Amino acid sequence: MSPVLAELERLFPPGRLLHKPGELAPYESDALTAFRARPLAVVLPESHEEVVQAVRWCVRHQIPYVARGSGTSLSGGSLPIEGGLLIGLNRMNKLLRLDPRERIAVVQPGFINLQVSQAAAPYGLYYAPDPSSQPVSTIGGNLAFNSGGAHCLKYGMTSNHVLAAKVVLPDGETVVLGSESLENTGPDWLGLFVGSEGLLGIATEVTLRLLPKPETYHTVLAAYDSLAKAGEAVAAVVASGLLPGAMEIMDSLAIEAAEAAVKAGYPLEARALLIVELEGETPQVEAEARHLEAVIRKSGAYEVRVARSSEERMKIWKGRKAAFSAVGRLSPDYIVQDGVVPRSRLGQALAEIEQLSARYGLRVANVFHAGDGNLHPLILYNGRVPGELERAEALAGEILKLCVALGGSITGEHGVGMEKKAYMSEMFAEADLEAMRRIRRALDPLELSNRGKMFPGEAPALRFQGVHPLEQAGVISRE
Amino acid sequence: MSPATLRPNSVAEVQEAVRTERHLLPCGGGSKPALLTPGEGQTVLDMTGLGQVLEYDPGEYVLVTQAGARLSEVEALLAQHGQYLPFDPPLGQQGATLGGTVAAGLSGPMRQRYGGVRDFILGVQFVDGVGQLVRGGGKVVKNAAGFDLPKLMVGSLGRLGILTELAFKVFPLPKATATLRVAFPGLEAALEALYKLAGSPIELYALDLEPPATLTLRLGGLAEALPARLERLQAFLGRDGERLEGEAETAYWRSLNDLNLGEGALVKVTLTARHIPALEAALGPAPRRYLSAGHLLYLAWDGELDALERLLGAQGLSGLVLRGSTHRPQIGIDLSQAMAHKVTQALDPQGRFARQPYAAQD
Ligand SMILES: Cc1cc2nc3c(=O)[nH]c(=O)nc-3n(C[C@H](O)[C@H](O)[C@H](O)COP(=O)(O)OP(=O)(O)OC[C@H]3O[C@@H](n4cnc5c(N)ncnc54)[C@H](O)[C@@H]3O)c2cc1C
Repeated sequence: MSPVLAELERLFPPGRLLHKPGELAPYESDALTAFRARPLAVVLPESHEEVVQAVRWCVRHQIPYVARGSGTSLSGGSLPIEGGLLIGLNRMNKLLRLDPRERIAVVQPGFINLQVSQAAAPYGLYYAPDPSSQPVSTIGGNLAFNSGGAHCLKYGMTSNHVLAAKVVLPDGETVVLGSESLENTGPDWLGLFVGSEGLLGIATEVTLRLLPKPETYHTVLAAYDSLAKAGEAVAAVVASGLLPGAMEIMDSLAIEAAEAAVKAGYPLEARALLIVELEGETPQVEAEARHLEAVIRKSGAYEVRVARSSEERMKIWKGRKAAFSAVGRLSPDYIVQDGVVPRSRLGQALAEIEQLSARYGLRVANVFHAGDGNLHPLILYNGRVPGELERAEALAGEILKLCVALGGSITGEHGVGMEKKAYMSEMFAEADLEAMRRIRRALDPLELSNRGKMFPGEAPALRFQGVHPLEQAGVISRE
Repeated sequence: MSPATLRPNSVAEVQEAVRTERHLLPCGGGSKPALLTPGEGQTVLDMTGLGQVLEYDPGEYVLVTQAGARLSEVEALLAQHGQYLPFDPPLGQQGATLGGTVAAGLSGPMRQRYGGVRDFILGVQFVDGVGQLVRGGGKVVKNAAGFDLPKLMVGSLGRLGILTELAFKVFPLPKATATLRVAFPGLEAALEALYKLAGSPIELYALDLEPPATLTLRLGGLAEALPARLERLQAFLGRDGERLEGEAETAYWRSLNDLNLGEGALVKVTLTARHIPALEAALGPAPRRYLSAGHLLYLAWDGELDALERLLGAQGLSGLVLRGSTHRPQIGIDLSQAMAHKVTQALDPQGRFARQPYAAQD
């Protein structure tokens, strides 16, 4: 063993320092399996102090490192660095404090998203951001990507629900950002940290805000004979002044797949389905429901269903939540994109994606967060057909450029990571990226922390690898 | 001697000023004078020349303005379309600009419903300390690309760059509102009710505590549902309280945004409701109001600011002086934190935007 590794061995006991090829294999990629890299070693710290030690070791030996939660990043964000250190945070998975009166939860970074809401449930509270990877993804990973979900329309993404974080900066120093207060004096350092994709440090303790559970939900499923009509219905709901908790669209390919997978009872012949969910105080929701009904009726829906019980509600959502993995069954492989367009351009964006799909000869299914213009085109391909993966990536790139051209963004919630870094310059000018780089280098002059991600630069070659093991096992599905 | 003032009319003129002036203090409408005491040799940059609304499509619920745009004008424009800034920024009538609001990081009582200024800022354009024009964020309601520079600028007080353009998410105004003022026998009972409300599914636009023991609660939503909701609220509290409705109700909240609490310095303090009992014991007669379930305190302080700093420090709290005479408006704030220090230096390597004594990294 090299002296450098031997030094690491003095810091981490066997079992929490992995460096044999067999031990490293499970860490070689994240949920974007087309990228793969072998780290020098993996360490599994159990405390803040051990994270500091690991980072200091990296600084001492100028070894780049990547923090990792559950490795469900869809953009290659938690892809290891060839020859670098992987700092796995899954063992730091404790709920440190739950204070129902102050409505906060303090967790270690490896704590699982869904478990926050489960722990808060006895007090009538929940943690709002609900990425569909929530049964497995960690709060640390959620923070790094500012993750969102179907229910982020009204109360925002991860960043709007994180109050404070203890962070190990890339030089090994520790800072505490934010406080228990929702308000702040001085620049919002925590705001800068959240969404920084693991480049600005490692969170070792996170204070989350909990919300009271809404009293009532009102869930509507509307069927349309065209995708454009469903898109216009979203614009009409938004324009009516209603503020739903969620607004989601599925196209015919997604409907067909979801139906085959979970029998949600969706109208099979529909070209598009719109799910709108109101939430809040019962008298308010009941009144809003009447307004919503009028808007939906005018929008040209040919069939409208309202969930009459929480079972019916869950059934509607089950189809939606299963749609991604279900679409996966239509095709051996797929890539998920995550671009955002202004809501008034949804119809145009969908039409152009359809044309691109025809031009590239690859099917694209759409299941997405319509309420905030966050598209999730699923590009279906067969990795075993030579050239298809490359064609799928090229189509994905065209979709990203389209989103930027329409005034939107290359990513709404999955992050730039390794996958989209080449498209950062579509969205930002060189001076913008340079300012971000200066911030990064001020904190990390050697660019050790998650080196090679987010900023444009060389990307490793894509290789066909098949779907994520967790996904294959049906533990998670993409949203 | 009055300090030199420049009034740029374009972004290029702002860049030019940053490149030529040694030390700069950006200034919006002047509604927060404590943040505008120029140091020796500091040139004031009056940003009201960049006051345009750049993009506003009501159907999109996104607003893009220049940083010097007046809050009062922007809010009037939004109101024409039944929309508003949900973080409820104060001091509009005093001439506050959106840039100043973001730089000072100020929100008002209605932040209770959907969040503060940090939760609604989508994009930012600013001139950094070397005169470069930098953009961060975007103009769509959801965006995870690049570092979140828009949030970073909230509360930055001009220290990290001169804001030139801002994009915000806006929301539909509640169609109807009603307010209930409920007096409790003492602070303890009022706080108990505050906690109970904050942990309940009752959705309030405002949840204010007025010392000694009155809760002022604002409901908003569809007019047809409001009477039933008010009754439920009264039943929940077991008290009728005093109702405010109609013109009087809107006027009440509008006047609060002037933050005319009383004599002395106007100070913003960030806290949680947990701190209130100790503060109430210590603050004496200083007029004050706790907003957003005890997360935000606006306070008029007539004594020495050093004394206030000690008092807040004893609770581990910090504050920002908005009105009043001081060279050091940030009280109880640790300015030497490592991340702060390094990022500040990255954006302003020569200390162009530093306060006295000028240092590249204050
Ligand atoms: C089936 C599926 C469905 C998904 N659905 C959604 C969805 O609905 N919405 C959504 O937004 N995303 C979704 N994702 C993407 C992914 O789940 C999220 O990005 C999630 O937040 C990643 O969490 P993780 O624990 O797996 O993090 P990882 O993938 O392990 O890491 C993600 C990034 O965070 C960094 N990181 C991890 N821990 C820390 C830490 N403690 N401090 C600093 N940086 C850290 C890593 O370096 C990496 O850059 C989905 C992914 C899959 C596979």
